[in-house]
Amino acid sequence: MPIKRADKTPMPVREAQQRAHDFIEVNAGYTTSHAAFEAERCLRCQDPVCVGGCPVNVPIPEFIHAVAMGDMAGAAKILRSANPLPAICGRVCPQESQCEAECSMTQRFTPVAIGHLERFVADWERTQPPSVQAKITKTEKIAIIGAGPSGLVCAGALARLGYPVTIYEALHAAGGVLRYGIPEFRLPKEVLDWEIGLLKSMGVEIVCNVIIGKTLTLDELFGKMGYAAVFIGTGAGLPQFLGIPGENLNGVMSANEFLTRVNLMGGYDPEKSDTPVKVGKRMAVIGAGNTAMDAVRTSLRMGAQKAMVVYRRSDKEMSARVEEYHHAMEEGVEFHWLTNPLEIEGNAEGWATGLRCQKMKLGEPDASGRARPVPIPDSEFVLPVDNVILAIGTTPNPLLTRTTSGLLTNKKGCLVADEKTGLTSKALVFAGGDAVTGAATVILAAGAGKRAAQAIHEALEARA
Amino acid sequence: MATIIETRQLTAVTKYFRIEAPLIASSARPGQFVMLRVREGGERIPITIADYDRELGTITIVVQAVGATTQRVCALKTGDEILDVAGPMGGHIDIAPGGHVCGVGGGFGSAALLCLMREFTARGDTTTAILGARNKDLLILADELRPLCTHLEICTDDGSAGFKGFVTQRLAQLIEGPAARRPDSVVAIGPMAMMRAVAETTRRPKVKTLVSMDPLMVDGTGMCGGCRVTVAGKAQFACVDGPCFDAHEVDFDVAMRRNKAYVQEEKRAVDRAACMDRREIA
Repeated sequence: MPIKRADKTPMPVREAQQRAHDFIEVNAGYTTSHAAFEAERCLRCQDPVCVGGCPVNVPIPEFIHAVAMGDMAGAAKILRSANPLPAICGRVCPQESQCEAECSMTQRFTPVAIGHLERFVADWERTQPPSVQAKITKTEKIAIIGAGPSGLVCAGALARLGYPVTIYEALHAAGGVLRYGIPEFRLPKEVLDWEIGLLKSMGVEIVCNVIIGKTLTLDELFGKMGYAAVFIGTGAGLPQFLGIPGENLNGVMSANEFLTRVNLMGGYDPEKSDTPVKVGKRMAVIGAGNTAMDAVRTSLRMGAQKAMVVYRRSDKEMSARVEEYHHAMEEGVEFHWLTNPLEIEGNAEGWATGLRCQKMKLGEPDASGRARPVPIPDSEFVLPVDNVILAIGTTPNPLLTRTTSGLLTNKKGCLVADEKTGLTSKALVFAGGDAVTGAATVILAAGAGKRAAQAIHEALEARA
Repeated sequence: MATIIETRQLTAVTKYFRIEAPLIASSARPGQFVMLRVREGGERIPITIADYDRELGTITIVVQAVGATTQRVCALKTGDEILDVAGPMGGHIDIAPGGHVCGVGGGFGSAALLCLMREFTARGDTTTAILGARNKDLLILADELRPLCTHLEICTDDGSAGFKGFVTQRLAQLIEGPAARRPDSVVAIGPMAMMRAVAETTRRPKVKTLVSMDPLMVDGTGMCGGCRVTVAGKAQFACVDGPCFDAHEVDFDVAMRRNKAYVQEEKRAVDRAACMDRREIA
């Protein structure tokens, strides 16, 4: 057995000072020699525990072995058999808490860069003519609600099984959070467009500007429109606010609004976009998840001179991917840990001018298992700001459930669905992704979409 | 894509459009709106649905050219396509049947009274439409509204048509006057200052009043929260919780201030659009 190198082959990244002012992708991607090197680090364990760490159980050692052998087509095939969105997941999955956390190399060294290799293979695949062929052989039409990760994956899987599939999307462009949420510098739209193009080439129809629950009801999809089954992948797009004073001042917005203006509406390119994005000199983002990192790094690129993260817990409790956090630090983002926002102060014209905060310390674990932040007395101070962006979480959009009878939700507004099949409280209506789990990851949504496709197929076969 | 099948210039800056949108027409109700986008890279803007014809599969909107995007909409002609039309968004106006409903329309907001009056008259309500404009040249859709309501009231600031004075003055007279003309509920659609004045007019006599809020929106589906309006001290999303709210609970100060957030950008956009159009022509 060859001697394994101790450390992960680093991802080539663009220089921080340069990239912090444009929207070109930060990670440049492995070269062939990087990938070959890194693939050699895989121990090809008898019992590959990494696979268990992956929500869709990608046969990780197999695809990495194919890379090591130089069989890129084989690697791509293995990867895609388990994960229909490899180029996206290779970029946005929190590998450090999934597959790479389980990697046997971690016991003594650093894990194999499974995510970087996944991206490398998927990017290679995009340079090849599409190999996936699908032919409509079935007569039962399937409707998918929402063109986000779970809906796209469900549609792809059903198309491969021969079903005619229509995706209904409320916005004017497909992709869901991959389009409006994740910025270009982390997930180039070209990658997303390629995946959507692939679905279209398989015969999947994508109808934009149709809001199921408004334009058409869920019941009309079965009756008037004649669909045999429906998959709901409406995500968790409703932004939460803190409810602190001053939240309605001008200059205060949800991360969803900020990112939608920049990403979906193209605000990052004012030459081409009519949608204004207002970024002052000092931008404070409240929260420390991936959305917060996306928002704060976007604010730098939109011209903020001081971009800050304000979070009431510490860096240990933050939910952002480690890579995003590191990139944000390199780019000059300031982190205010253990800082709890109390009020947004404004001027006479109603514009935000300051964020009044209080310092916190960590106490006993709370319901989430994380140390509960406790206020430090007499520690209040005002952080001067021009903009405040709230990135404190999102909940499922109630548009569909408000207008559909018999569709059960839990007290958080998430759809009640069977964990294995995605079947909801309504016959032949399946659901998956953030609409069921609350805000989670792309890979979990993809996995749910894939399982639901299989369940829909089985339900229709059983009925026939 | 939605095809424009009829246009009419109502005033120098206000244009009437009938658009082919069968799915929206089949589900639209009074008070709802659509989101429009007219070009790649264009803004999404909310426009109230003025009327709909379920059989013909068309919706009617009236647009006032005030910003870069509305100017682009108003430049469209019969036969042109609108890139994106999505809806119907928002909740509809819900008033118990059997009463006297008064719709108050100011400026191009009068257009939204078309479906409101038609539906409520058809179900047997007594209906009054009060139209307001600065002068008779700016008055819109009076002839279209007349057959759709029980009573039509026209108000102009200069008295060039109908009652001389504000819609709120005429509304106050109706509320204080004979029972037969007194509305049980009022729906006000128009400029924020007018809706606020209507709210003040009906507050003391305790006439239930709805206002159709028109805040800044990005997506219109509940996703951005940019359209939040303070109602009874709580933030509500106009796009999914509204757009119509209890007039006596709306914080108009906050709403008016929030609507000015992008005034500078809007001015620049108007200049830029004019410049770009010239470049395109050249």
